[in-house]
Amino acid sequence: MNFLLKHRELALSLIIALMVTGVGIYAPAFATLENAASVLNDTSILCMLAIGQMMVIITRGIDLSVASNLALSGMLAASLAQNYPDLPVIAFIAVAIATGLVLGLINGSFVAGLGIPPIVVTLGTLAIFRGMIVVYGGGNQVNASEMGDVFQSFPKVTFLGLSTIFWIMAAVAVTAWVFLSMTRVGRGLYAVGGNPVAARYCGIDLAPQQLLVYSLAGAISGLCGYLWVSRYGVAYSEIASGYELTVIASCVIGGVSIAGGVGTVAGALLGALFLGVIVNALPVMQITPFWQMAISGSVILAAVVVNARAEKRGVKLILPEARLAAGAAK
Amino acid sequence: MQKSDASSPPQGGEPVLLLNGVSKSFPGVRALNNVSFALRAGEVAALVGENGAGKSTIVKILTGIYSPDAGEIAVGGQLRKFQSPRDSWAAGIAAIHQETVMFDELSVAENIFMGHMPCQKSGLVDWPHMRQRTAELLKSIEADFDPEDKLKQLSVAQKHLVEIARALSHEASVIIMDEPTAALSRNEIDDLFRIIAQLKAAGRAVMFISHKFDEIFRVADSFVCLRDGEKVGDGKINGITEPKLVSMMVGRPIDQVFPKRDIAIGDVVLKVEGLSNPTEFADISFELRRGEILGFYGLVGAGRSEAMQCLFGMSAASSGRVLLNGTPLRIASPVDAIAAGISYVPEDRQEQGAVLPLTIRENITLASIASHVRNFFLSKSSELKAVRALGKRLDVRAAHWEQKLGELSGGNQQKVVIAKWLAARPKVIILDEPTKGIDVGSKAAVHDFIGELAEEGLAVILISSELPEIMGLADRVVVMQEGRIANVFTRGTWSAEAIVSAATGARKAA
Amino acid sequence: MNKVPRQDVADAAPRSLSDRLLRWESILVVMLVAVIVGNTAISPYFLDIYNLSDATYNFSEKAIVALAMALLILVRDIDLSVAAIIALASLAIGLAAQAGAGLPVLLLIGPLVGAACGAFNGFLVTRIALPAIVVTIGTMSLYRGLAQVVLGDKAITQYPKDLAAIGQSYLIKWPPLPYSFVIFLGLAAIFAVVLHKTAFGRKLYAIGNNPVAARFSGIPVERIRFMLFVLTGTLAGLAAVLLTARIGSTRPNIALGWELEIITAVILGGVSIAGGSGTIPGVVLAVFILGLATFGLSLVNVPGIVISVLLGLLLIFSIAMPIVVRRLMKSRAT
Repeated sequence: MNFLLKHRELALSLIIALMVTGVGIYAPAFATLENAASVLNDTSILCMLAIGQMMVIITRGIDLSVASNLALSGMLAASLAQNYPDLPVIAFIAVAIATGLVLGLINGSFVAGLGIPPIVVTLGTLAIFRGMIVVYGGGNQVNASEMGDVFQSFPKVTFLGLSTIFWIMAAVAVTAWVFLSMTRVGRGLYAVGGNPVAARYCGIDLAPQQLLVYSLAGAISGLCGYLWVSRYGVAYSEIASGYELTVIASCVIGGVSIAGGVGTVAGALLGALFLGVIVNALPVMQITPFWQMAISGSVILAAVVVNARAEKRGVKLILPEARLAAGAAK
Repeated sequence: MQKSDASSPPQGGEPVLLLNGVSKSFPGVRALNNVSFALRAGEVAALVGENGAGKSTIVKILTGIYSPDAGEIAVGGQLRKFQSPRDSWAAGIAAIHQETVMFDELSVAENIFMGHMPCQKSGLVDWPHMRQRTAELLKSIEADFDPEDKLKQLSVAQKHLVEIARALSHEASVIIMDEPTAALSRNEIDDLFRIIAQLKAAGRAVMFISHKFDEIFRVADSFVCLRDGEKVGDGKINGITEPKLVSMMVGRPIDQVFPKRDIAIGDVVLKVEGLSNPTEFADISFELRRGEILGFYGLVGAGRSEAMQCLFGMSAASSGRVLLNGTPLRIASPVDAIAAGISYVPEDRQEQGAVLPLTIRENITLASIASHVRNFFLSKSSELKAVRALGKRLDVRAAHWEQKLGELSGGNQQKVVIAKWLAARPKVIILDEPTKGIDVGSKAAVHDFIGELAEEGLAVILISSELPEIMGLADRVVVMQEGRIANVFTRGTWSAEAIVSAATGARKAA
Repeated sequence: MNKVPRQDVADAAPRSLSDRLLRWESILVVMLVAVIVGNTAISPYFLDIYNLSDATYNFSEKAIVALAMALLILVRDIDLSVAAIIALASLAIGLAAQAGAGLPVLLLIGPLVGAACGAFNGFLVTRIALPAIVVTIGTMSLYRGLAQVVLGDKAITQYPKDLAAIGQSYLIKWPPLPYSFVIFLGLAAIFAVVLHKTAFGRKLYAIGNNPVAARFSGIPVERIRFMLFVLTGTLAGLAAVLLTARIGSTRPNIALGWELEIITAVILGGVSIAGGSGTIPGVVLAVFILGLATFGLSLVNVPGIVISVLLGLLLIFSIAMPIVVRRLMKSRAT
């Protein structure tokens, strides 16, 4: 048990496997490869957003504006498609990523440049970014019929039974993993989040790191904005409304500590996957989708309680017999 | 005053580190004024001075946190300007800080190489190489833990070793140690000094900062003394005596002897019987009388603070009784303890004692706030009355009582914290390391005041890791070792050696 | 003891005019005046007393919750679940109304459910020692999720007339003051007195600035934090009563997103998200600024989502401006 508490990723994988098996016994259609692929495709966007959010949380920040960023970037990409449907798909993706990056930079500048608490900045930009969709588009929505085929067909292409969205997610995840575990800058994020003062003495300043993570989270949101809009075939001011909390929830379930300095790509992915499996299992279990919110709320609470137990600081061991007992328990 | 020109070589050779006319001002304060000194390879120099004398400003300038307003810094004969800690690190200066400031969640190897990790040609971190070099470094300082261990698994002393390994990893030519022994036990201090000797032999220059004179005279070759931001003397350590160095620091002769007051000791006030807790301490029993100062001595981590915090209601006891004036007490929280008449002045002033952003007035009345309520509302005039009286008694130096506590010096902050606990009108006051990290002047004031409290009939418990302090002030000394009371000594029949060996468990059988 | 001549310590610093003018509350007053003047200029209907009184409907319920949220943020906690609590409490009122309960029950059940939700938040945060932001993200889903489970895609719209009267009529006829606004003013007065004039208020500031030292000073930190969560829940429940009475229906998405508007008001009011500083007058001023700005803009038919852009900008720039000004003054001084 203690081993599992310490190796969260393993524990989480086990729980997900158990869940899939359980639902699969009840409804065999759920435990098929086909369905697994559809769960992965459905969850890929959440996975990417969770990775972006995790990098922000590692530096002791939070980005509440990711879903608004996604909606605005998606809207701009869709309206480009509406006007120039024959552009190559890379143009739409580039516009979405660039928009997201700029929005992320705005967050980053206020946080890093002026030292305003991230929750305040992103609470403000949460409202601003989403409102800009209406200011820009006058409240009109872009429908599937107006987007053109190039724009919409890209995410539906499949390879090895999995859609482009999944493969993009896989690429993002691998890149993020290499970045976080194999580069100086990536390791520096953990240093800054774990102990900003000590990091400064090591020559790692907080501000550039903050600018970097908010920009990265923004760029990922922008990318997801294109994928979301092209996949669901509609762009308007309310898409992904409130989704920022699901993203943060994925991180929390995946063991990313809100206090900073702790979190892994695998954890964020598994956290997102966990929520994805639940969402997909409900209809199979013939539970109304109205249960979804209450269940994910309970899961978040259960996850934080478990995390807290794993992280709990032991009492001081001063008495020789207490030290011996602790040694024996190991 | 000693000759202090940096150009006069005491032992030949170019200085590794040279400060020339360094000055630094902050709004309203002149932190450093025209300070010059030199440090040579293989030399251990003690930087001494009271709190606020400018030692930490020098450390911050040398580590690139502050940039000086005027003056030059040369490392290895080259003039340097540090814009950031990175520059100072690159120039070969490494610092080991007061409280180990590193990364709990990361591995030992990463802690050592953070900021300068070895990379492969591709630009990715070369983990195997990093681990191997870490292992070598740890071996060279005889550290017995693994490069892969997370820092949070290590003890404070082991974390110090990680910081030293970090300094070595970079071939730093100057190593600054800012109060490195503050949290170490006697054995661990011996280990540290052994490593300092190694560093010396390897030709590194060490700047050693400490408030403890025995350590300074044991480890240093030379000293630089600061007062009010100016250098007031430097030279060879064996050319000066301790009293001389102290008077140089404070600018006036200070009576380092503790005048023990002659106080009539009264009836038993506090009686503790078999106080225990599953992991921290066991069978703590003692009596405390009116007017008595009872010392608690032991190594850091012997369970003294834990036992006292339990007595104060911060943690639960698994068994044992506490009687105040013969009546058993039920203490479940500090609220109960304060109501019963027990005050506890915690060891960590910044974290546990003071609320720095609040005013002096708000701090002093915090633990006795209920006594200033008149018809549901707080009475500011009643608060001010108490604050004026206590502030004057403790000689708090401030512009006005509405000043934020964080604006005062450490010594004055400590006086305010003690005032807060006196305002609660205790019968028993527990002082946990009350002079830790405060300057010599404030220290004397606090010592004097402890005597005064006992004279007024308070029962005082004094936890201290400084033997002279405890032997100078206490009537009896309880020595704790590994969570238990090892022995109790009475004034007149004790010796420093006996107390220390009881604390270290050296002659337990005898 | 060192015999340096003892200085006299003054009771307080000499008061300077510039200190008073630079207080955050003074800046808020200027902002409020600007909002009123601006709105009067763009719409002739703004200064109509009945219009203004109607405007209070739209912010009083949020303002009531903001008072409690201010105390919670002051002690370094936060409650993101308040809007979800409103939904769950509104559901409870609706179910009670369906069961034929009388007005007293309907008025009481909202705050009771709110208190229970707050107690659950408080239990998780103070007893199990979890970060408030994570706990309330979880309970936010849980509470609204429960409302959704019960309601599905339906709504409860059958409410007795006497309840609707509380939500839709004036408590005082002249000047016309709705129930919700009077309740808010009364609560604001109580909160201001308690926070700024009593021992309890002092304890909150101590906890917000240094919880460990507060605990060592004999302040029951965990108990007080727990109480504040219960208080926040209770006021959210009260807001649910007023809101349900006003709009006469309960849907799963009732009060959706309010938590962010409420927190925005508290932060604009000068309560530091890091805890330890802030005042009730500041929060009250911020509530009026946000409420009247929203109302004025809607009078000239600015869409709600565009208003939210302006309020978001207001939040960020009101926090950023003092920092920028301070930096400019500093760089000029040197």
